[in-house]
Amino acid sequence: MLSTKFSEKEIYDLIADIPDPEIPVITIEDLGILREVKIEDGKVKVFITPTYSGCPAMKAIENDIADILRKNEINSFEVKTVFAPVWTTDWISDEAKEKLRKYGISPPEKSSSDKNILLNKHVRCPQCNSENTVLISQFGSTACKALYKCQDCLEPFDHFKCH
Amino acid sequence: MSELNKNIAEYSLRIGDTSLILGQRLAEWCGHGPILEEDIALTNVSLDLIGQARAFLTYAGENEGLNRSEDDLAFLREAREYKNRLMAEQPNGDYAQTMIRQFFLSVYQYYFFTELMKSKDATLAALAEKSLKEVTYHVRHSSEWVIRFGDGTEESHVRTLEAIDTLWKYTGDLFETDHVDIDLVKAGIAVDMNVVRGNWDKKINEVFEKATLTVPEDSFMIGGSIKGLHSEHLGHLLSEMQVLPRSFPGVEW
Repeated sequence: MLSTKFSEKEIYDLIADIPDPEIPVITIEDLGILREVKIEDGKVKVFITPTYSGCPAMKAIENDIADILRKNEINSFEVKTVFAPVWTTDWISDEAKEKLRKYGISPPEKSSSDKNILLNKHVRCPQCNSENTVLISQFGSTACKALYKCQDCLEPFDHFKCH
Repeated sequence: MSELNKNIAEYSLRIGDTSLILGQRLAEWCGHGPILEEDIALTNVSLDLIGQARAFLTYAGENEGLNRSEDDLAFLREAREYKNRLMAEQPNGDYAQTMIRQFFLSVYQYYFFTELMKSKDATLAALAEKSLKEVTYHVRHSSEWVIRFGDGTEESHVRTLEAIDTLWKYTGDLFETDHVDIDLVKAGIAVDMNVVRGNWDKKINEVFEKATLTVPEDSFMIGGSIKGLHSEHLGHLLSEMQVLPRSFPGVEW
């Protein structure tokens, strides 16, 4: 039984532009949350991966995907969360990093594979591009961000932590 | 389900329960943090831990073959069925006690997950890799507070010593193992706790030295968490955490 007139690629494109619920300027595709769409035995399977283990946006993203699929009369589907391979901030596209910066969030740097980089790095101010910044709090407005302050333009800003 | 599946379920339960119970303890600080940044920090750490717990409990449920979901495991088990390390359930106390407990557990999780990343079980290895990145931030946060408190004022130094005195007897329990560990180590799935212990000791000593604190001489240790033997505190914690699903069976958000 074929439940959909769409191909895997078409379904992927339908949901790729869903904005992140907490950072609406970037999409779930930009972030690397949307992994894959498969059609198996007439059933659509959407694979997503969390940025952080406890990311509360995952449920909202699942619901957004379900809404779009149902609107397109795709009713036999499953949204599955997968953990391997493990998401890293390296999966955020360069284009998306630029969007983050324009939005006022300092984007993560490459590469997260070296754990020293997680903790020791220069964070640039998204407003004035200065590297003269200080950490106010390692934990910010969402689980994926830290709070910094620029010593030059004096603006506080969010930094997307390396993972 | 095979013996191997049963062991993996039990092993995942121990990891998930420790994250869950510590996450619940930290959530008790929500709205009560000493400063806004710390209130946000502790609830963020809590969120990471509860996220880890969800993944490990889900995996435990898949392996035990009793068709129990992460929610069934979290909300419908009694204290004796919980396998979290005793350290996680200890009360928050003052901020020194919360931070010493966090420091002991975050360092423990850091080296535990570092080893578990090498597991032949692909799911456990992936969950460990993900959790490790989060725990790296938790170690830094708690270490900074331990140093600030230990090397701070006379009052903060004394309170930190009291916290260490209260919690040290639960550190032995962190590394207790049984047949589940032995079988899974043979299968290349579980971690060698001696390696974790060695690294843990080294890091605790290193940070305590900076904090002008001393590691207590080995003394009496309370263990038993992997057998489900807990301190009195766990039952109280569970009664609060489980009240809603127990009062309204099958309730959903």
